[in-house]
Amino acid sequence: MVEDHSDIFSKSQEFLQMLSKQKDFIQDLLKENERLRYEVAALRPRSGETDGLLRQEIELLKKRLEQLDLEKREVEAAYQRVEEENKDFAQRYVEIEDQNNNLANLYVASYQLHSTLDFQEVVHIVMEIIINLIGAEVFAIMLLDEKTNELGTIAQEGHDAAKPLPTVRIGEGILGTVSKTGEPYYINQAGAGYAVDFLHPLAAIPLKIKENVIGVISINKLLVQKDAFTAVDYELFSLLAAHAATAIFSSKLYSQSERRLTTIQGFLDLLTAPPQKG
Amino acid sequence: MEGLRFLVVEDSPTMRQLISFSLKRFKGCKIVEAVDGVDALKKLQTEEVDMILTDINMPVMDGLKLVSLVRQNAKTRDLPIIIITTEGAQEDRDRGLALGANAYISKPIQSSHLLKVIGDVIEKAP
Repeated sequence: MVEDHSDIFSKSQEFLQMLSKQKDFIQDLLKENERLRYEVAALRPRSGETDGLLRQEIELLKKRLEQLDLEKREVEAAYQRVEEENKDFAQRYVEIEDQNNNLANLYVASYQLHSTLDFQEVVHIVMEIIINLIGAEVFAIMLLDEKTNELGTIAQEGHDAAKPLPTVRIGEGILGTVSKTGEPYYINQAGAGYAVDFLHPLAAIPLKIKENVIGVISINKLLVQKDAFTAVDYELFSLLAAHAATAIFSSKLYSQSERRLTTIQGFLDLLTAPPQKG
Repeated sequence: MEGLRFLVVEDSPTMRQLISFSLKRFKGCKIVEAVDGVDALKKLQTEEVDMILTDINMPVMDGLKLVSLVRQNAKTRDLPIIIITTEGAQEDRDRGLALGANAYISKPIQSSHLLKVIGDVIEKAP
């Protein structure tokens, strides 16, 4: 019985000890809980601070992004402008190249026209210009005879050499009208059915010294590789109208004066020759 | 392309002057002029050139005969040749190229086109 009591006592002691340990454990837990609560409480304001910093950084990045976007658009606009300018320059370069080419043609034509006073040479140079610089295959150069008021051909290319080209009265037909008015005549492109017809040319250019028409250049056909007149052709026509006219006229006067001089010289030689001994 | 030496074969003084005028765009270039094929062959005996520019229709000796003779001569057979002519039909072009011309230009010429063709021919030359 005593054994039973001591057993119960030891067991109760054990139970009490266990309870005591549990109490200590719970107290430790409570303390830990309190400590953690404290820490959590301490941590909360710090987290808010981090959020604020992050928000600030995001705001800054957003602003930077907006700034970069603006810069990108500015760079794109500048690129667009430069590209446009580039196109303009390329276009301008082509135009200047064309002008350069035109000026070279005009310079050479003018230089050659005034390089001689020989009538036949001048006519030959006019023909060369019409063939090589304008690109005509069939054409004629006509001069006005002031006595008969008719245009007569002094040189031609591509027309039937066996048949002399007809004379044209001033004021009659296309060529006669051009010689009367002094206004050039053009049909830029020959139609599909166009056949070479001396009296119906593709172009008729008056040879003028001031307002005085001395002749007409009639162009009836272009070279096979040339479809139509170009801008430089019209410039060349203007140049021919004036420069070819003066070159032809002055060379004609020069050869006439040369002939007269030879005749006069002949008379003078006769007059001044020592009398022949009979 | 500096210091190129050209032989311009043309009976027309107008065209000779116009071609020479265009060629002067090549810095330091030298231009030798000939009035027909025979004159060109004479000039080739005494002058060193890098390229020949020739017309077809010329008195005494035409451009096609000149091309053919230049190609037969060991000294000149590799010289680049450009034909510049009023003959613009395809068969004329084919004939010129078949004889050995490197390029064929129809008149009237555009200075910029001539310079481009010269540049292309020189680039392809051996």
